[in-house]
Amino acid sequence: MKVSELIKTLNLTVATEPNFEDRDVTGCYIGDLLSWVMGKAQSGDAWITIMNNINIVAVASLTDSACIILCEGVSADEAVINKANSEGIIILKSGETAYSLACQLSGEI
Amino acid sequence: MIKKYDISGEDFSLAGEASSNFKSVLKRLGISTEIVRRVSIAMYEAEINTIIHGGGGECEAEIKSNAISVTFRDNGPGIANLELAMQEGYSTASEKIRELGFGAGMGLPNIKKYTDDMLIDTAPGKGTTLTLIINL
Ligand SMILES: Nc1ncnc2c1ncn2[C@@H]1O[C@H](COP(=O)(O)OP(=O)(O)OP(=O)(O)O)[C@@H](O)[C@H]1O
Ligand SMILES: [Mg+2]
Repeated sequence: MKVSELIKTLNLTVATEPNFEDRDVTGCYIGDLLSWVMGKAQSGDAWITIMNNINIVAVASLTDSACIILCEGVSADEAVINKANSEGIIILKSGETAYSLACQLSGEI
Repeated sequence: MIKKYDISGEDFSLAGEASSNFKSVLKRLGISTEIVRRVSIAMYEAEINTIIHGGGGECEAEIKSNAISVTFRDNGPGIANLELAMQEGYSTASEKIRELGFGAGMGLPNIKKYTDDMLIDTAPGKGTTLTLIINL
């Protein structure tokens, strides 16, 4: 599915630039330990995390994740959003748990 | 072609600059996405280690005809037991660093996983020099 469809399916809020490049989401990875994510996330994954510091942008960019989903109501500050926009990384938000989001994605991607 | 980067030990918001910059250099040269991904992930892990454990240092990245070779050098505390440091899950990262999401003890294992060769020259008090090689 496309990122735009993911947003609708999971009822997500877009925290970064709304006119993003609508790329394919081909998988999902959940994790908060950055080097764990670095080693495991695949290109095209929607990365679900509660980690919201500036380093998530580099991790998403280097793993070529399709987008970052901040779950459980976590939000990112302006510096993180600006950096994500300059690197073309999409940050989405949800009040739900990672488990709940993943369950809704099951069978969809 | 050789690119050199200073790795600041203080500014965490700049962490990943060298990896990101070299990634775009490789992309521009038309290197395959899989190779670019492996190089940039391994570089990022080494860059973060240079910052959080080594207190900053320098990086030299070279594109040769048959391989990409990247060296990180720092004058930090060095690694006393390299075998232990290479194990998945081993980390001496502080609580403050862990709160930022680092300290899973997966950095060095990731570098090994994503490269064809990894050379480490380190000793307590001597600093650490790590070279990662990815064949083209
Ligand atoms: N440049 C360095 N200087 C000094 N010690 C280092 C250096 N690089 C790694 N180490 C030591 O090796 C350990 C393991 O490194 P590794 O990158 O695998 O894990 P980490 O950095 O602690 O956590 P993670 O990479 O998962 O965020 C570190 O905790 C540290 O003790
Ligand atoms: Mg590390």
